[in-house]
Amino acid sequence: MSQKLKKIALLASLALATLFLTLQAKAQDKMPTVLPADWDNVLNEARGQTVYFNAWGGDPKINAFLEWLSDVARSRYDIHLQHVKLAATSDAVARVRSEMRANERDNGSVDLLWINGENFAMMKSGNMLFGPFAEQLPNFKYVDRIGKPATLKDFTQATDGYESPWAMAQLVFEYVPQFVPTVPKNSTELLAWIIKNPGRFTYPQPPDYLGTTFLKQILYEVISDQVVLQSLATQAIYEKETAKLWQWLDAAHPFMWRQGQGFPASESALAQLLADSEVAISFSFNPGRASAEISAGNLNPNIRSFVFENGTIGNVSFVAIPLNSKNKFGSLVISNLLLDPLVQARAQDPAILGFMTVLDIKSLNLEDQAAFSQLDLGVATLAPDLLGKSLLEPDVSWMSMIAQDWQKRYGVLK
Amino acid sequence: MSKTRRSPIAAAPIVLISLLVLPVAAGLWATMSPVLRPISGQDQGAFMSLWSWNGLWPAIRLSLVTGLAATLIGLAITAALFALFQGHRIFRVFLRLVAPFLAVPHATAALALTFILAPSGWIMRGVVTLFNALGIPISQTPPDFITINDPGGLALIFGLVIKEVPFLVLMCVAAWAQCDAPRRRLVASALGYGRITGFWLTIWPVLYPQLRLPIFAVLAYSMTTVDMAMILGPSLPPSLAVQISKWITLPEPLYQGMAAAAAVVQLTLVAATLLVWRFLELMGRAISRAQFQSGIRGLSLDGPIKFFGLVFGLVGFGVLIFGLLALGIWSIAGFWPYPDVLPQTYTPRVWAEAQSGVIKATQNTVILALLSTVTAVLLVLAVLQSEFLGKRTYRAQRIIYVPLLVPQITFLPGLYQLTLTAGISGQTLTVAFAHFIFVLPYVALTMGPAFRAWDIRYAMVASAMGASRKKIFWQVRLPMLLRPILISSAVGIATSVAQFLPSQLIGAGRIETLTTEAIALTSGGNRHLIGTYGLVQSLFPAIAFGLALWVPTLTYRNRRTLRAPK
Repeated sequence: MSQKLKKIALLASLALATLFLTLQAKAQDKMPTVLPADWDNVLNEARGQTVYFNAWGGDPKINAFLEWLSDVARSRYDIHLQHVKLAATSDAVARVRSEMRANERDNGSVDLLWINGENFAMMKSGNMLFGPFAEQLPNFKYVDRIGKPATLKDFTQATDGYESPWAMAQLVFEYVPQFVPTVPKNSTELLAWIIKNPGRFTYPQPPDYLGTTFLKQILYEVISDQVVLQSLATQAIYEKETAKLWQWLDAAHPFMWRQGQGFPASESALAQLLADSEVAISFSFNPGRASAEISAGNLNPNIRSFVFENGTIGNVSFVAIPLNSKNKFGSLVISNLLLDPLVQARAQDPAILGFMTVLDIKSLNLEDQAAFSQLDLGVATLAPDLLGKSLLEPDVSWMSMIAQDWQKRYGVLK
Repeated sequence: MSKTRRSPIAAAPIVLISLLVLPVAAGLWATMSPVLRPISGQDQGAFMSLWSWNGLWPAIRLSLVTGLAATLIGLAITAALFALFQGHRIFRVFLRLVAPFLAVPHATAALALTFILAPSGWIMRGVVTLFNALGIPISQTPPDFITINDPGGLALIFGLVIKEVPFLVLMCVAAWAQCDAPRRRLVASALGYGRITGFWLTIWPVLYPQLRLPIFAVLAYSMTTVDMAMILGPSLPPSLAVQISKWITLPEPLYQGMAAAAAVVQLTLVAATLLVWRFLELMGRAISRAQFQSGIRGLSLDGPIKFFGLVFGLVGFGVLIFGLLALGIWSIAGFWPYPDVLPQTYTPRVWAEAQSGVIKATQNTVILALLSTVTAVLLVLAVLQSEFLGKRTYRAQRIIYVPLLVPQITFLPGLYQLTLTAGISGQTLTVAFAHFIFVLPYVALTMGPAFRAWDIRYAMVASAMGASRKKIFWQVRLPMLLRPILISSAVGIATSVAQFLPSQLIGAGRIETLTTEAIALTSGGNRHLIGTYGLVQSLFPAIAFGLALWVPTLTYRNRRTLRAPK
């Protein structure tokens, strides 16, 4: 070994050692938590802050909405709201996780995060979230906690105020009336339609979020006792209760798009198949999506929507503040702003987003109520009373077991 | 001898290694460490979970078959193109298209192919419209064919080949001047060999060594690509790289562990495949020797290969050109349902909305591309020159290729932690360094072979005429190698422009580039946006490739043997 090589080896091992020590170092100090007890103080502290809102950037309508929200935040609160456009929420979660490992406790890059149930459960149990804060937000009093219990529960886990709701979602089917003269009222009728119309139905490949939601929806339909879905799935109960789900899929797959030998990758890929007329029944988590897409000129204007008579799975979109957010005051103000009746009404407008409000309209003053009642929900949107029952998400254990089982059964072509 | 004046150039390999040791170690540590940690709630480790996945062997087979097939086919087409058409008008037309083809991002090209080949794509729309016009009854809904995402991965191989051929052609162009091709061809044809056989026996043996490293890059890329495989490849199961990227987005520790274990498998798989390729090289050499001794002239080969080459070229690149055209139309389209061949309405809306974001992102994109590429090119030149001057070369230099073999998503969190520890996260310079890590291997792979193949007798002549080493480098070698240097700079710029995760993660979401915008916006699958951003993303690489191909024709206009192949 030459001298130079030895030097390099020494340098490298030193560098590695330092690296390992830094990365292994555990967090010692606890962050003082800020609670929004005194809201005026929060508003004062938030002034001039830049809030980096990490949210999916794949929908131009959402991007435009957040740009509008940014204008409101600046003029009302002197807050600079910056939308960090994500391709996947997990990219931002990976960033927060790396920061936590590097002991970056109060200078994090993510101030506010649009989060889903799985990532929320992981971040909350990993002590990566700031809170509780949600129920102290001034506008939280308008949230419909009774009529929309999912605003307090994310995948059967209590949110405990570690995330704040901002939009309601519910599974709705979108269909082309020409090919679906009478809409299926339940999974049995859907199966009959699929068999009669080969190649015109599919679902995103699990473990995609919407794909597993569809499986859970069918499970709700075929299960003997829906109550078991609200608690942890034991192997025995799971096997007994899901047997009919697999029967349903075994019967449907040969008549699905590409004979069940291929599945679209995601919600957007499924949406594209509907737009291209490859499928005649599709589904989405946003009851206003079809109308919004029709008014954006992306979807055939004759498309309509339907739900199952026994209800479809409901879900809520939340925002959370990472524990190491640099601009917590600003993030609190933005979380509150997202619950503002006027902001919620704008989000519900199908010409803007078509997201359903989380608020209890009756709790609002008359002027704000009018903002909602004046909304034209669009041609393809079901009126609130036709939307039917919103079913609670099953316990998260069901989802991961179903996704794994699906992979075993259908994930590899025979 | 050792007491002579130390040239600063001798330090170049050490600078290179010390720049990369820490980031590569951090990235590898981040990739490997979840494998070693026990998975909470699981009674088995990450590797055991991976072995018990029923899709593992099909996924490995798919990565292997598509990677090898795409590389072999791409190489065969490139070789046939140079053997048969060089000097022909078709060849010159193709060379003009190389720059734009190279500049199109892989994902955009894949989506362009999708819009042509899918059962609801342009071909089917054309058929339905034609039948309707002729009054022949035909279903007004798309047929339920499997065209793209076929289980065998043919669509993926097709897409990879279409993107690889322009790259390999470019590499041949860079190597051409060092091959003395015209005289070799003259000798072969004087001896009565056909163009294919003559090329294979006389030019290929000197051209191939210069292509080996770029081919390794192509092979590694084809096996590890995520975006193209996700759009065109099968999904039951997908290729290993795609499966890793899917697992990593799931928060459960089980999937994180499986993704990490699969990343280690992928790294091993690519390394093993490169060895297989070396074996194929030996086979090729043996065949070539046997052929040489047999004296077969192979004249009858030229006709059929020319025919197949033309058919594939027209179909393959026709599909790509029409696909890109379609995406261009999508960017200004209003409502465009099946089976319409053209949109019902047009609107400039998407371009108008993209304007503000694009202008902001352009500045960052250009700064990052120039910083990372210029640094990489200078450093690689210094290392190559120090190697040439007989200074030590280190095996450790090979760490520069590690970032190409490991999935970015498992590699980069380690790098991000490093920048956080160093307190330099989220800054433009830091992001430029992250780009540099991924630009460097491509620059080294594309520049090294041409640099090493330079005929040393030029240096001897210059030296005999009294020129110093420095003068030889600056006034003889560098001007003669202008083309490969510019070409590898263009490859570097294109690589930097295409980086998504390094910009997004290392930039802490603060540094917006054209690609961070494009990837985030097109993650929703909106074709209007895909069209607009595909064009926007292609612009700078197209300029870079265009300049790299055009500038040498100006400076070499009075240097006959340095001219590009025509």
